Amino acid sequence: MVEIVQATRRHPLQAGQLDVASVSVTLADNATRVSLRAKDNAVSALSKALGVTLPMKPKTTATNGGRAALWIGPDEWLIIDNAESGVIADLAKAKVLHSAVDISHRNVGIIVNGRGAAAVVNGGCPQDLSLKAFPMGAASRTVLGKIEIVLWRTGEDAFRVECWRSFSNYAYAFLQESARDVAI
Amino acid sequence: MLLIKCPYCEEERPELEFRNAGEAHLVRANPIIEQSDDDFAGFLYFRQNPKGLQFERWRHIHGCGRFFNAVRDSVSDKFLTVYKAGEPRPDLNTLLSPVAAEPEPPATKRTRAKKVEV
Repeated sequence: MVEIVQATRRHPLQAGQLDVASVSVTLADNATRVSLRAKDNAVSALSKALGVTLPMKPKTTATNGGRAALWIGPDEWLIIDNAESGVIADLAKAKVLHSAVDISHRNVGIIVNGRGAAAVVNGGCPQDLSLKAFPMGAASRTVLGKIEIVLWRTGEDAFRVECWRSFSNYAYAFLQESARDVAI
Repeated sequence: MLLIKCPYCEEERPELEFRNAGEAHLVRANPIIEQSDDDFAGFLYFRQNPKGLQFERWRHIHGCGRFFNAVRDSVSDKFLTVYKAGEPRPDLNTLLSPVAAEPEPPATKRTRAKKVEV
């Protein structure tokens, strides 16, 4: 006999309600974000101005208190801090040649937290997210489904997904759907 | 999924993060004004598109954003090597020597055809 499995019918507008206990997909608090670009010779002065040593190795991050610097490219970093921080003012103190663009309102942060968080992100991100390849503190620009994101592993089972605000509906619904799929 | 090594990120990443950017090592004539129309058309439009090994530009667009060069076999899709933009083109014979069983003969640099037979 063939067993017939009835799929649960889910309303398409239920995306906002995640009925999964093991993993959560939540919105990150508003934050200050700065896209920082500079050549090697400006890095030490900028690190001093920021209070965070800018990471030079691919896929790494550095944090100091609430302020984090994510390596994005050989001359590019994403600085994330809480909403009231004066990242731009701090960077303005550095007199070396650099480009600092405030992109606080361009990005939206989504937190994926809980058991199987890596599997949730892997639902749309093709990178190897094992702890060996993508350890705690690793960060990288990559893709999630159809969009580009910056992925930052803040804990063994915690990720921060930064996407552009016009893609945030897509990213949020995508991660929730993925969380339902991998729920344990 | 194809894994492509990015020389800037120093590791293999999924192909979805990359974008092909055409033939590598195209050099713009200097001064370009003295170049004949045919030569300029060759520089601008006509590409080798060989069957076998080719030098290509790739961009890690959804990663570090950098352009880099690669040697890829257009038949098997196998990447022989990748190297940073601005670095000299690697010698194909030394690249191929560890894999002596490689069926494809090393493609030598051909002078770009001024006119393409269609």
